[in-house]
Amino acid sequence: MIRFLVRRLLLTIPVLIGVATLVFSLIHLVPGDPVQAMLGESASPQDVAQLRSKLGLDRPLYEQYVSFAGGVVRGDLGVSLRTNQPVTRVIFERMPATMELAVAAMLVAIVFAIPLGIIAAVRKGTRVDHAATTLALLGISMPTFWLGPLLAIIFSVWLGWFPVSGRGTLANLVLPAITLGAPLAAILARMTRASVLEELRELYVLAARARGVSEARAVLAHAFRNSLIPIVTVIGLQFGAVLTGAVITETIFAWPGVGRLLVQSISARDYPAVQGCILLIALTYVSMNLIIDVLYGFLDPRIRYE
Amino acid sequence: MLKLGALIVGVALLAALVGPAITPFDPASQQLALRLSAPSLAHPFGLDELGRDILARVLAGARISFIVGLTVVMVSSVVGTVLGAIAGYFGGRIDDVISRVIDTLMAFPGLLLAIALVAVLGPSLVNVLVALTIIGWVGYARLVRGQVLRAREFEYVQAARALGAGTARILWKHVIPTAVPAVVVQATLGMAGAIIGEASLSFLGLGVQPPTPSWGTMLNGGRAHILDAPHLTLFPGLAIALLVLGLNFLGDGLRDRIDPRSHTNR
Repeated sequence: MIRFLVRRLLLTIPVLIGVATLVFSLIHLVPGDPVQAMLGESASPQDVAQLRSKLGLDRPLYEQYVSFAGGVVRGDLGVSLRTNQPVTRVIFERMPATMELAVAAMLVAIVFAIPLGIIAAVRKGTRVDHAATTLALLGISMPTFWLGPLLAIIFSVWLGWFPVSGRGTLANLVLPAITLGAPLAAILARMTRASVLEELRELYVLAARARGVSEARAVLAHAFRNSLIPIVTVIGLQFGAVLTGAVITETIFAWPGVGRLLVQSISARDYPAVQGCILLIALTYVSMNLIIDVLYGFLDPRIRYE
Repeated sequence: MLKLGALIVGVALLAALVGPAITPFDPASQQLALRLSAPSLAHPFGLDELGRDILARVLAGARISFIVGLTVVMVSSVVGTVLGAIAGYFGGRIDDVISRVIDTLMAFPGLLLAIALVAVLGPSLVNVLVALTIIGWVGYARLVRGQVLRAREFEYVQAARALGAGTARILWKHVIPTAVPAVVVQATLGMAGAIIGEASLSFLGLGVQPPTPSWGTMLNGGRAHILDAPHLTLFPGLAIALLVLGLNFLGDGLRDRIDPRSHTNR
Protein backbone atom coordinates (compact mmCIF):
# COMPACT_ATOMS: atom_id res chain seq x y z
CA MET A 1 0.00 0.00 0.00
CA ILE A 2 2.85 2.40 0.83
CA ARG A 3 4.46 1.75 -2.58
CA PHE A 4 1.12 2.48 -4.23
CA LEU A 5 0.77 5.73 -2.26
CA VAL A 6 4.33 6.87 -3.07
CA ARG A 7 3.91 6.06 -6.78
CA ARG A 8 0.60 7.96 -6.92
CA LEU A 9 2.16 10.95 -5.11
CA LEU A 10 5.11 11.01 -7.52
CA LEU A 11 2.74 10.97 -10.50
CA THR A 12 1.05 14.10 -9.12
CA ILE A 13 4.27 16.16 -9.16
CA PRO A 14 4.42 16.79 -12.96
CA VAL A 15 0.74 17.74 -12.91
CA LEU A 16 1.35 20.21 -10.07
CA ILE A 17 4.29 21.73 -11.98
CA GLY A 18 2.09 21.98 -15.09
CA VAL A 19 -0.72 23.65 -13.12
CA ALA A 20 1.66 26.16 -11.51
CA THR A 21 3.27 26.94 -14.91
CA LEU A 22 -0.10 27.51 -16.53
CA VAL A 23 -1.24 29.80 -13.71
CA PHE A 24 2.09 31.67 -13.87
CA SER A 25 1.71 32.21 -17.61
CA LEU A 26 -1.81 33.63 -17.23
CA ILE A 27 -0.60 37.15 -16.43
CA HIS A 28 1.65 37.04 -19.51
CA LEU A 29 -1.35 36.27 -21.73
CA VAL A 30 -2.91 39.66 -20.97
CA PRO A 31 -2.97 41.48 -24.32
CA GLY A 32 -0.64 44.46 -24.31
CA ASP A 33 0.85 45.56 -21.00
CA PRO A 34 -0.72 43.74 -18.05
CA VAL A 35 0.30 46.51 -15.64
CA GLN A 36 -1.34 49.16 -17.81
CA ALA A 37 -4.43 46.93 -18.00
CA MET A 38 -4.53 46.70 -14.19
CA LEU A 39 -4.11 50.42 -13.58
CA GLY A 40 -6.13 51.70 -16.55
CA GLU A 41 -5.24 53.99 -19.43
CA SER A 42 -5.02 57.11 -17.26
CA ALA A 43 -2.26 55.77 -14.96
CA SER A 44 0.97 57.76 -14.84
CA PRO A 45 4.22 56.16 -16.14
CA GLN A 46 5.63 56.32 -12.57
CA ASP A 47 2.68 54.33 -11.19
CA VAL A 48 3.02 51.79 -14.00
CA ALA A 49 6.77 51.40 -13.36
CA GLN A 50 6.20 51.10 -9.60
CA LEU A 51 3.57 48.36 -9.94
CA ARG A 52 5.66 46.54 -12.57
CA SER A 53 8.53 46.46 -10.12
CA LYS A 54 6.24 45.44 -7.22
CA LEU A 55 4.90 42.49 -9.24
CA GLY A 56 8.40 41.61 -10.45
CA LEU A 57 7.35 41.95 -14.10
CA ASP A 58 10.47 44.00 -14.87
CA ARG A 59 12.68 40.95 -14.22
CA PRO A 60 13.67 38.28 -16.78
CA LEU A 61 10.98 35.61 -17.33
CA TYR A 62 12.94 32.72 -15.77
CA GLU A 63 13.57 34.82 -12.63
CA GLN A 64 9.87 35.61 -12.42
CA TYR A 65 9.06 31.91 -12.75
CA VAL A 66 11.54 30.82 -10.07
CA SER A 67 10.25 33.53 -7.75
CA PHE A 68 6.61 32.51 -8.44
CA ALA A 69 7.33 28.80 -7.90
CA GLY A 70 9.23 29.58 -4.68
CA GLY A 71 6.30 31.72 -3.51
CA VAL A 72 3.82 28.91 -4.25
CA VAL A 73 5.91 26.45 -2.20
CA ARG A 74 6.10 28.94 0.71
CA GLY A 75 2.42 29.83 0.40
CA ASP A 76 3.24 33.38 -0.72
CA LEU A 77 1.05 34.33 -3.69
CA GLY A 78 1.79 38.04 -3.66
CA VAL A 79 -0.33 40.98 -2.56
CA SER A 80 -3.88 41.71 -3.70
CA LEU A 81 -4.02 44.99 -5.62
CA ARG A 82 -7.60 45.56 -4.52
CA THR A 83 -7.26 45.02 -0.77
CA ASN A 84 -3.48 45.43 -0.35
CA GLN A 85 -3.45 42.26 1.77
CA PRO A 86 -1.51 39.06 1.08
CA VAL A 87 -3.46 37.00 -1.48
CA THR A 88 -3.05 33.84 0.62
CA ARG A 89 -4.68 35.52 3.61
CA VAL A 90 -7.56 36.91 1.51
CA ILE A 91 -8.19 33.47 0.01
CA PHE A 92 -7.97 31.59 3.30
CA GLU A 93 -10.47 33.99 4.85
CA ARG A 94 -12.92 33.02 2.12
CA MET A 95 -12.06 29.31 1.93
CA PRO A 96 -14.28 28.10 4.82
CA ALA A 97 -17.36 29.57 3.12
CA THR A 98 -16.60 27.80 -0.16
CA MET A 99 -15.83 24.51 1.57
CA GLU A 100 -19.03 24.77 3.61
CA LEU A 101 -21.02 25.27 0.42
CA ALA A 102 -19.17 22.54 -1.53
CA VAL A 103 -19.59 19.95 1.24
CA ALA A 104 -23.27 20.85 1.71
CA ALA A 105 -23.84 20.56 -2.07
CA MET A 106 -22.14 17.17 -2.19
CA LEU A 107 -24.20 15.97 0.78
CA VAL A 108 -27.40 17.13 -0.92
CA ALA A 109 -26.34 15.27 -4.07
CA ILE A 110 -25.37 12.05 -2.29
CA VAL A 111 -28.47 11.95 -0.07
CA PHE A 112 -30.83 12.39 -3.04
CA ALA A 113 -28.98 10.70 -5.87
CA ILE A 114 -27.79 7.40 -4.46
CA PRO A 115 -31.19 6.16 -3.18
CA LEU A 116 -32.78 7.44 -6.44
CA GLY A 117 -30.21 5.58 -8.56
CA ILE A 118 -30.61 2.35 -6.57
CA ILE A 119 -34.41 2.47 -6.74
CA ALA A 120 -34.27 3.17 -10.51
CA ALA A 121 -31.94 0.18 -11.02
CA VAL A 122 -34.04 -2.19 -8.91
CA ARG A 123 -37.25 -1.03 -10.64
CA LYS A 124 -35.69 -0.96 -14.12
CA GLY A 125 -38.14 -0.29 -16.95
CA THR A 126 -40.98 0.81 -14.62
CA ARG A 127 -42.51 4.28 -14.32
CA VAL A 128 -40.36 4.92 -11.25
CA ASP A 129 -37.25 4.25 -13.36
CA HIS A 130 -38.44 6.49 -16.22
CA ALA A 131 -39.31 9.28 -13.79
CA ALA A 132 -35.91 9.02 -12.09
CA THR A 133 -34.04 8.93 -15.42
CA THR A 134 -35.93 11.94 -16.79
CA LEU A 135 -35.42 13.85 -13.53
CA ALA A 136 -31.70 13.13 -13.75
CA LEU A 137 -31.46 14.37 -17.35
CA LEU A 138 -33.41 17.50 -16.42
CA GLY A 139 -30.97 18.10 -13.57
CA ILE A 140 -27.99 17.79 -15.90
CA SER A 141 -29.53 20.12 -18.48
CA MET A 142 -30.62 22.83 -16.06
CA PRO A 143 -27.78 25.33 -15.75
CA THR A 144 -26.84 26.46 -12.25
CA PHE A 145 -27.23 30.11 -13.19
CA TRP A 146 -30.88 29.45 -14.04
CA LEU A 147 -31.75 26.99 -11.30
CA GLY A 148 -30.39 29.36 -8.61
CA PRO A 149 -32.54 32.37 -9.55
CA LEU A 150 -35.52 30.04 -10.13
CA LEU A 151 -35.23 28.59 -6.61
CA ALA A 152 -34.79 32.11 -5.25
CA ILE A 153 -37.98 33.27 -7.02
CA ILE A 154 -40.02 30.32 -5.69
CA PHE A 155 -38.65 29.79 -2.19
CA SER A 156 -37.52 33.29 -1.25
CA VAL A 157 -39.76 35.68 -3.17
CA TRP A 158 -43.03 33.75 -3.39
CA LEU A 159 -42.93 31.47 -0.33
CA GLY A 160 -40.52 33.47 1.84
CA TRP A 161 -39.01 30.28 3.31
CA PHE A 162 -35.33 31.04 2.82
CA PRO A 163 -33.23 34.22 2.57
CA VAL A 164 -32.27 35.20 -0.97
CA SER A 165 -28.60 35.92 -0.19
CA GLY A 166 -25.85 36.03 2.43
CA ARG A 167 -24.24 33.54 4.80
CA GLY A 168 -24.51 32.81 8.50
CA THR A 169 -27.46 30.54 9.23
CA LEU A 170 -28.48 27.11 8.02
CA ALA A 171 -31.38 28.74 6.16
CA ASN A 172 -28.85 30.75 4.13
CA LEU A 173 -27.15 27.52 3.05
CA VAL A 174 -30.21 25.63 1.77
CA LEU A 175 -30.79 27.27 -1.64
CA PRO A 176 -27.11 27.63 -2.64
CA ALA A 177 -26.44 23.99 -1.63
CA ILE A 178 -29.40 22.69 -3.67
CA THR A 179 -28.41 24.87 -6.65
CA LEU A 180 -24.84 23.64 -6.60
CA GLY A 181 -25.72 20.04 -5.72
CA ALA A 182 -28.48 19.47 -8.31
CA PRO A 183 -26.28 18.84 -11.38
CA LEU A 184 -24.02 16.56 -9.35
CA ALA A 185 -27.08 14.71 -8.01
CA ALA A 186 -28.30 14.16 -11.56
CA ILE A 187 -24.97 12.74 -12.78
CA LEU A 188 -24.57 10.66 -9.63
CA ALA A 189 -28.08 9.18 -9.91
CA ARG A 190 -27.40 8.11 -13.52
CA MET A 191 -24.05 6.59 -12.61
CA THR A 192 -25.49 4.79 -9.54
CA ARG A 193 -28.31 3.34 -11.63
CA ALA A 194 -26.00 2.11 -14.39
CA SER A 195 -23.42 0.75 -11.96
CA VAL A 196 -25.93 -1.06 -9.70
CA LEU A 197 -27.70 -2.49 -12.77
CA GLU A 198 -24.44 -3.94 -14.01
CA GLU A 199 -23.67 -5.54 -10.63
CA LEU A 200 -27.23 -6.91 -10.26
CA ARG A 201 -26.56 -9.09 -13.32
CA GLU A 202 -23.45 -10.65 -11.77
CA LEU A 203 -23.48 -14.26 -10.66
CA TYR A 204 -22.54 -13.48 -7.05
CA VAL A 205 -25.84 -11.56 -6.66
CA LEU A 206 -27.70 -14.56 -8.08
CA ALA A 207 -25.79 -16.79 -5.67
CA ALA A 208 -26.68 -14.53 -2.75
CA ARG A 209 -30.35 -14.64 -3.72
CA ALA A 210 -30.15 -18.43 -4.10
CA ARG A 211 -28.78 -18.65 -0.56
CA GLY A 212 -31.96 -16.96 0.60
CA VAL A 213 -30.47 -13.56 1.34
CA SER A 214 -33.14 -10.86 1.53
CA GLU A 215 -33.63 -8.66 -1.56
CA ALA A 216 -32.54 -5.55 0.35
CA ARG A 217 -29.34 -7.25 1.47
CA ALA A 218 -28.63 -8.61 -2.02
CA VAL A 219 -28.97 -5.11 -3.45
CA LEU A 220 -27.32 -3.05 -0.73
CA ALA A 221 -24.68 -5.32 0.77
CA HIS A 222 -23.70 -7.09 -2.45
CA ALA A 223 -24.55 -5.19 -5.66
CA PHE A 224 -24.32 -1.63 -4.33
CA ARG A 225 -21.13 -2.23 -2.40
CA ASN A 226 -19.38 -3.48 -5.52
CA SER A 227 -20.73 -0.65 -7.64
CA LEU A 228 -19.08 1.93 -5.40
CA ILE A 229 -15.89 2.42 -7.48
CA PRO A 230 -17.49 4.23 -10.41
CA ILE A 231 -19.71 6.12 -7.96
CA VAL A 232 -16.72 7.32 -5.94
CA THR A 233 -14.99 8.26 -9.23
CA VAL A 234 -17.92 10.42 -10.25
CA ILE A 235 -18.06 12.07 -6.82
CA GLY A 236 -14.35 12.85 -7.05
CA LEU A 237 -14.42 14.07 -10.65
CA GLN A 238 -17.49 16.16 -9.99
CA PHE A 239 -15.78 17.90 -7.09
CA GLY A 240 -14.07 20.03 -9.75
CA ALA A 241 -17.46 20.88 -11.23
CA VAL A 242 -18.69 21.78 -7.73
CA LEU A 243 -15.73 24.13 -7.21
CA THR A 244 -16.34 25.79 -10.58
CA GLY A 245 -20.09 25.84 -10.00
CA ALA A 246 -19.36 27.58 -6.70
CA VAL A 247 -18.06 30.57 -8.71
CA ILE A 248 -21.53 30.97 -10.24
CA THR A 249 -23.57 29.94 -7.19
CA GLU A 250 -21.64 32.29 -4.91
CA THR A 251 -22.26 35.11 -7.39
CA ILE A 252 -26.01 34.40 -7.50
CA PHE A 253 -26.48 34.17 -3.73
CA ALA A 254 -23.81 36.72 -2.69
CA TRP A 255 -22.04 33.91 -0.82
CA PRO A 256 -18.71 35.25 0.48
CA GLY A 257 -16.45 32.46 -0.81
CA VAL A 258 -13.42 32.05 -3.08
CA GLY A 259 -15.62 31.89 -6.19
CA ARG A 260 -17.09 35.32 -5.50
CA LEU A 261 -13.62 36.61 -4.66
CA LEU A 262 -12.46 35.38 -8.07
CA VAL A 263 -15.25 37.20 -9.91
CA GLN A 264 -14.66 40.38 -7.87
CA SER A 265 -10.90 40.16 -8.55
CA ILE A 266 -11.51 39.71 -12.29
CA SER A 267 -13.75 42.81 -12.34
CA ALA A 268 -11.05 44.79 -10.49
CA ARG A 269 -8.27 43.40 -12.76
CA ASP A 270 -6.55 42.22 -9.59
CA TYR A 271 -4.42 39.61 -11.40
CA PRO A 272 -2.39 38.39 -8.37
CA ALA A 273 -5.68 37.54 -6.61
CA VAL A 274 -7.07 35.95 -9.82
CA GLN A 275 -3.92 33.80 -10.12
CA GLY A 276 -4.16 32.86 -6.44
CA CYS A 277 -7.83 31.83 -6.62
CA ILE A 278 -7.31 29.79 -9.80
CA LEU A 279 -4.22 28.09 -8.36
CA LEU A 280 -5.93 27.25 -5.10
CA ILE A 281 -9.06 25.84 -6.76
CA ALA A 282 -6.92 23.78 -9.19
CA LEU A 283 -4.74 22.47 -6.35
CA THR A 284 -7.82 21.51 -4.35
CA TYR A 285 -9.11 19.66 -7.41
CA VAL A 286 -5.80 17.83 -7.98
CA SER A 287 -5.68 16.88 -4.28
CA MET A 288 -9.23 15.59 -4.45
CA ASN A 289 -8.34 13.41 -7.45
CA LEU A 290 -5.37 12.08 -5.52
CA ILE A 291 -7.57 11.23 -2.53
CA ILE A 292 -10.03 9.45 -4.84
CA ASP A 293 -7.20 7.43 -6.40
CA VAL A 294 -5.99 6.42 -2.95
CA LEU A 295 -9.56 5.52 -1.97
CA TYR A 296 -9.68 3.16 -4.97
CA GLY A 297 -6.78 1.30 -3.45
CA PHE A 298 -8.81 0.72 -0.31
CA LEU A 299 -12.06 -0.12 -2.12
CA ASP A 300 -10.48 -2.53 -4.61
CA PRO A 301 -7.25 -4.24 -3.51
CA ARG A 302 -6.52 -5.30 -7.13
CA ILE A 303 -5.71 -1.66 -7.98
CA ARG A 304 -2.96 -1.52 -5.33
CA TYR A 305 -1.07 -4.39 -6.89
CA GLU A 306 -1.38 -3.46 -10.56
CA MET B 1 -34.79 9.56 -26.73
CA LEU B 2 -32.78 9.98 -29.95
CA LYS B 3 -35.82 11.20 -31.90
CA LEU B 4 -36.97 13.55 -29.14
CA GLY B 5 -33.46 14.99 -28.88
CA ALA B 6 -33.23 15.45 -32.66
CA LEU B 7 -36.66 17.11 -32.66
CA ILE B 8 -35.75 19.60 -29.89
CA VAL B 9 -32.39 20.45 -31.47
CA GLY B 10 -33.96 20.69 -34.95
CA VAL B 11 -36.68 23.09 -33.75
CA ALA B 12 -34.09 25.19 -31.88
CA LEU B 13 -31.88 25.33 -34.97
CA LEU B 14 -34.82 26.36 -37.15
CA ALA B 15 -35.78 29.03 -34.60
CA ALA B 16 -32.21 30.33 -34.61
CA LEU B 17 -32.10 30.43 -38.42
CA VAL B 18 -35.49 31.93 -39.27
CA GLY B 19 -36.77 33.22 -35.92
CA PRO B 20 -35.09 36.63 -35.98
CA ALA B 21 -36.41 37.21 -39.52
CA ILE B 22 -40.06 36.52 -38.66
CA THR B 23 -40.38 38.28 -35.28
CA PRO B 24 -41.89 41.75 -35.66
CA PHE B 25 -39.46 43.25 -33.13
CA ASP B 26 -35.78 44.00 -33.46
CA PRO B 27 -33.79 42.48 -30.56
CA ALA B 28 -32.00 45.81 -30.05
CA SER B 29 -34.89 48.27 -30.37
CA GLN B 30 -35.93 49.81 -27.06
CA GLN B 31 -39.34 50.88 -25.76
CA LEU B 32 -38.24 52.50 -22.51
CA ALA B 33 -41.79 53.46 -21.54
CA LEU B 34 -42.72 49.77 -21.47
CA ARG B 35 -39.59 48.48 -19.72
CA LEU B 36 -40.00 45.34 -17.59
CA SER B 37 -43.53 44.75 -18.98
CA ALA B 38 -44.85 41.29 -18.18
CA PRO B 39 -45.64 38.79 -20.98
CA SER B 40 -48.60 39.84 -23.14
CA LEU B 41 -50.11 38.95 -26.52
CA ALA B 42 -47.93 41.49 -28.31
CA HIS B 43 -44.81 40.44 -26.41
CA PRO B 44 -45.27 36.78 -25.37
CA PHE B 45 -42.03 36.73 -23.30
CA GLY B 46 -42.41 40.32 -22.05
CA LEU B 47 -39.91 43.19 -22.23
CA ASP B 48 -36.53 43.54 -20.50
CA GLU B 49 -34.98 46.31 -18.40
CA LEU B 50 -34.46 48.48 -21.51
CA GLY B 51 -37.84 47.71 -23.04
CA ARG B 52 -36.50 45.21 -25.59
CA ASP B 53 -38.63 42.27 -26.73
CA ILE B 54 -37.40 39.18 -24.86
CA LEU B 55 -38.73 36.71 -27.48
CA ALA B 56 -36.73 38.48 -30.21
CA ARG B 57 -33.65 38.44 -27.98
CA VAL B 58 -34.08 34.76 -27.07
CA LEU B 59 -34.25 33.91 -30.79
CA ALA B 60 -31.21 36.07 -31.57
CA GLY B 61 -29.43 34.51 -28.58
CA ALA B 62 -30.07 31.05 -30.06
CA ARG B 63 -27.84 32.04 -32.99
CA ILE B 64 -25.00 32.92 -30.62
CA SER B 65 -25.45 29.61 -28.81
CA PHE B 66 -25.35 27.61 -32.04
CA ILE B 67 -22.38 29.60 -33.37
CA VAL B 68 -20.46 28.92 -30.14
CA GLY B 69 -21.54 25.28 -29.88
CA LEU B 70 -20.76 24.38 -33.49
CA THR B 71 -17.49 26.33 -33.72
CA VAL B 72 -16.11 24.96 -30.46
CA VAL B 73 -17.12 21.40 -31.30
CA MET B 74 -15.73 21.54 -34.84
CA VAL B 75 -12.37 23.06 -33.95
CA SER B 76 -11.80 21.11 -30.75
CA SER B 77 -12.88 17.78 -32.25
CA VAL B 78 -10.51 18.20 -35.22
CA VAL B 79 -7.57 19.37 -33.06
CA GLY B 80 -8.27 16.71 -30.39
CA THR B 81 -8.70 13.91 -32.93
CA VAL B 82 -5.46 14.77 -34.76
CA LEU B 83 -3.37 15.16 -31.59
CA GLY B 84 -4.95 12.11 -29.92
CA ALA B 85 -4.32 9.99 -33.03
CA ILE B 86 -0.70 11.17 -33.26
CA ALA B 87 -0.09 10.48 -29.55
CA GLY B 88 -1.71 7.06 -29.65
CA TYR B 89 -0.18 5.93 -32.93
CA PHE B 90 3.41 7.07 -32.48
CA GLY B 91 3.69 6.60 -28.71
CA GLY B 92 7.09 7.33 -27.14
CA ARG B 93 8.19 10.91 -26.57
CA ILE B 94 5.44 12.49 -28.71
CA ASP B 95 2.83 10.65 -26.64
CA ASP B 96 4.56 11.72 -23.42
CA VAL B 97 4.48 15.40 -24.37
CA ILE B 98 0.86 15.38 -25.58
CA SER B 99 -0.27 13.30 -22.60
CA ARG B 100 1.40 15.66 -20.10
CA VAL B 101 -0.34 18.64 -21.72
CA ILE B 102 -3.64 16.73 -21.51
CA ASP B 103 -2.99 15.82 -17.86
CA THR B 104 -2.22 19.44 -16.98
CA LEU B 105 -5.30 20.83 -18.70
CA MET B 106 -7.43 18.09 -17.14
CA ALA B 107 -6.08 19.04 -13.72
CA PHE B 108 -8.19 22.18 -14.01
CA PRO B 109 -11.93 22.08 -13.70
CA GLY B 110 -12.82 22.95 -17.35
CA LEU B 111 -14.91 26.05 -16.86
CA LEU B 112 -12.47 27.45 -14.31
CA LEU B 113 -9.72 27.45 -16.92
CA ALA B 114 -12.07 29.13 -19.39
CA ILE B 115 -12.88 31.77 -16.75
CA ALA B 116 -9.15 32.31 -16.16
CA LEU B 117 -8.39 32.61 -19.88
CA VAL B 118 -11.23 35.02 -20.61
CA ALA B 119 -10.34 37.00 -17.49
CA VAL B 120 -6.87 37.71 -18.89
CA LEU B 121 -7.72 37.85 -22.62
CA GLY B 122 -10.69 40.15 -22.04
CA PRO B 123 -14.42 39.55 -22.47
CA SER B 124 -15.53 38.99 -26.08
CA LEU B 125 -17.19 36.30 -28.21
CA VAL B 126 -13.91 35.43 -29.95
CA ASN B 127 -12.08 34.99 -26.63
CA VAL B 128 -14.93 32.80 -25.38
CA LEU B 129 -14.50 30.61 -28.48
CA VAL B 130 -10.73 30.45 -27.91
CA ALA B 131 -11.09 29.59 -24.22
CA LEU B 132 -13.77 26.93 -24.75
CA THR B 133 -11.73 25.34 -27.56
CA ILE B 134 -8.59 25.25 -25.40
CA ILE B 135 -10.47 23.31 -22.74
CA GLY B 136 -12.55 21.36 -25.29
CA TRP B 137 -9.94 19.54 -27.41
CA VAL B 138 -8.53 17.65 -24.43
CA GLY B 139 -11.54 15.35 -24.06
CA TYR B 140 -11.43 14.36 -27.74
CA ALA B 141 -7.65 13.83 -27.66
CA ARG B 142 -7.87 11.49 -24.67
CA LEU B 143 -10.77 9.58 -26.19
CA VAL B 144 -9.11 9.20 -29.62
CA ARG B 145 -5.72 8.32 -28.11
CA GLY B 146 -7.33 5.42 -26.25
CA GLN B 147 -9.15 4.21 -29.35
CA VAL B 148 -6.02 4.49 -31.51
CA LEU B 149 -3.87 2.63 -28.97
CA ARG B 150 -6.30 -0.26 -29.40
CA ALA B 151 -6.77 0.10 -33.17
CA ARG B 152 -3.08 0.19 -34.09
CA GLU B 153 -2.79 -3.44 -33.01
CA PHE B 154 -5.68 -4.59 -35.22
CA GLU B 155 -4.65 -7.06 -37.91
CA TYR B 156 -5.95 -4.97 -40.79
CA VAL B 157 -3.86 -2.03 -39.61
CA GLN B 158 -0.77 -4.22 -39.39
CA ALA B 159 -1.62 -5.62 -42.84
CA ALA B 160 -1.85 -2.08 -44.27
CA ARG B 161 1.53 -1.30 -42.70
CA ALA B 162 3.02 -4.52 -44.16
CA LEU B 163 1.67 -3.56 -47.58
CA GLY B 164 3.68 -0.36 -47.38
CA ALA B 165 0.90 2.16 -46.67
CA GLY B 166 2.22 5.49 -45.33
CA THR B 167 1.58 6.67 -41.77
CA ALA B 168 -0.83 9.41 -42.86
CA ARG B 169 -2.84 6.94 -44.96
CA ILE B 170 -2.98 4.36 -42.16
CA LEU B 171 -4.14 7.00 -39.67
CA TRP B 172 -6.66 8.60 -42.00
CA LYS B 173 -8.09 5.48 -43.67
CA HIS B 174 -7.79 2.79 -41.02
CA VAL B 175 -7.18 4.12 -37.52
CA ILE B 176 -9.13 7.38 -37.10
CA PRO B 177 -12.39 5.93 -38.55
CA THR B 178 -12.54 3.50 -35.59
CA ALA B 179 -12.77 6.51 -33.25
CA VAL B 180 -15.40 8.43 -35.24
CA PRO B 181 -18.55 7.02 -33.56
CA ALA B 182 -17.20 7.83 -30.09
CA VAL B 183 -16.16 11.31 -31.28
CA VAL B 184 -19.67 11.96 -32.64
CA VAL B 185 -21.22 11.13 -29.26
CA GLN B 186 -18.62 13.26 -27.47
CA ALA B 187 -19.28 16.12 -29.94
CA THR B 188 -23.03 16.09 -29.27
CA LEU B 189 -22.53 16.19 -25.51
CA GLY B 190 -19.61 18.62 -25.99
CA MET B 191 -21.89 21.02 -27.83
CA ALA B 192 -24.19 21.08 -24.82
CA GLY B 193 -21.14 21.79 -22.65
CA ALA B 194 -19.94 24.59 -24.94
CA ILE B 195 -23.38 26.24 -24.92
CA ILE B 196 -23.53 26.09 -21.12
CA GLY B 197 -19.91 27.31 -20.98
CA GLU B 198 -20.65 30.38 -23.11
CA ALA B 199 -23.79 31.14 -21.14
CA SER B 200 -21.89 30.74 -17.83
CA LEU B 201 -19.12 33.12 -18.96
CA SER B 202 -21.67 35.62 -20.28
CA PHE B 203 -23.64 35.33 -17.02
CA LEU B 204 -20.46 36.28 -15.12
CA GLY B 205 -19.99 39.24 -17.48
CA LEU B 206 -16.97 37.60 -19.14
CA GLY B 207 -18.55 36.46 -22.39
CA VAL B 208 -20.61 38.10 -25.08
CA GLN B 209 -20.94 41.78 -24.28
CA PRO B 210 -24.16 43.82 -24.37
CA PRO B 211 -26.04 44.82 -26.45
CA THR B 212 -25.41 41.52 -28.36
CA PRO B 213 -28.13 39.18 -27.11
CA SER B 214 -26.78 36.04 -25.47
CA TRP B 215 -28.81 33.84 -23.14
CA GLY B 216 -26.19 34.14 -20.41
CA THR B 217 -26.00 37.94 -20.72
CA MET B 218 -29.80 38.10 -20.56
CA LEU B 219 -29.81 36.01 -17.36
CA ASN B 220 -27.15 38.30 -15.91
CA GLY B 221 -29.33 41.32 -16.71
CA GLY B 222 -32.32 39.60 -15.13
CA ARG B 223 -30.56 39.15 -11.77
CA ALA B 224 -31.20 42.74 -10.74
CA HIS B 225 -34.93 42.33 -11.44
CA ILE B 226 -35.54 38.93 -9.93
CA LEU B 227 -38.05 40.39 -7.46
CA ASP B 228 -40.02 42.70 -9.76
CA ALA B 229 -39.69 41.01 -13.18
CA PRO B 230 -38.88 37.29 -12.93
CA HIS B 231 -39.76 36.80 -16.64
CA LEU B 232 -36.37 38.32 -17.50
CA THR B 233 -34.80 35.24 -15.91
CA LEU B 234 -37.42 32.66 -16.80
CA PHE B 235 -37.34 32.60 -20.62
CA PRO B 236 -33.62 32.71 -21.50
CA GLY B 237 -32.99 30.04 -18.84
CA LEU B 238 -35.78 27.88 -20.23
CA ALA B 239 -34.26 28.20 -23.71
CA ILE B 240 -30.83 27.04 -22.50
CA ALA B 241 -32.29 24.17 -20.47
CA LEU B 242 -34.41 22.95 -23.41
CA LEU B 243 -31.60 23.08 -25.96
CA VAL B 244 -29.13 21.40 -23.60
CA LEU B 245 -31.75 18.76 -22.72
CA GLY B 246 -32.26 18.11 -26.45
CA LEU B 247 -28.52 17.75 -27.03
CA ASN B 248 -28.20 15.42 -24.02
CA PHE B 249 -31.09 13.29 -25.32
CA LEU B 250 -29.41 13.22 -28.74
CA GLY B 251 -26.00 12.32 -27.30
CA ASP B 252 -27.45 9.62 -25.05
CA GLY B 253 -29.52 8.22 -27.91
CA LEU B 254 -26.51 8.10 -30.22
CA ARG B 255 -24.46 6.39 -27.51
CA ASP B 256 -27.20 3.78 -27.11
CA ARG B 257 -27.12 3.12 -30.86
CA ILE B 258 -23.34 2.95 -31.05
CA ASP B 259 -22.54 1.16 -27.80
CA PRO B 260 -24.96 -1.72 -27.19
CA ARG B 261 -23.40 -2.28 -23.74
CA SER B 262 -24.54 1.14 -22.54
CA HIS B 263 -27.96 0.40 -24.06
CA THR B 264 -28.48 -2.62 -21.85
CA ASN B 265 -27.87 -0.45 -18.80
CA ARG B 266 -30.66 1.92 -19.67
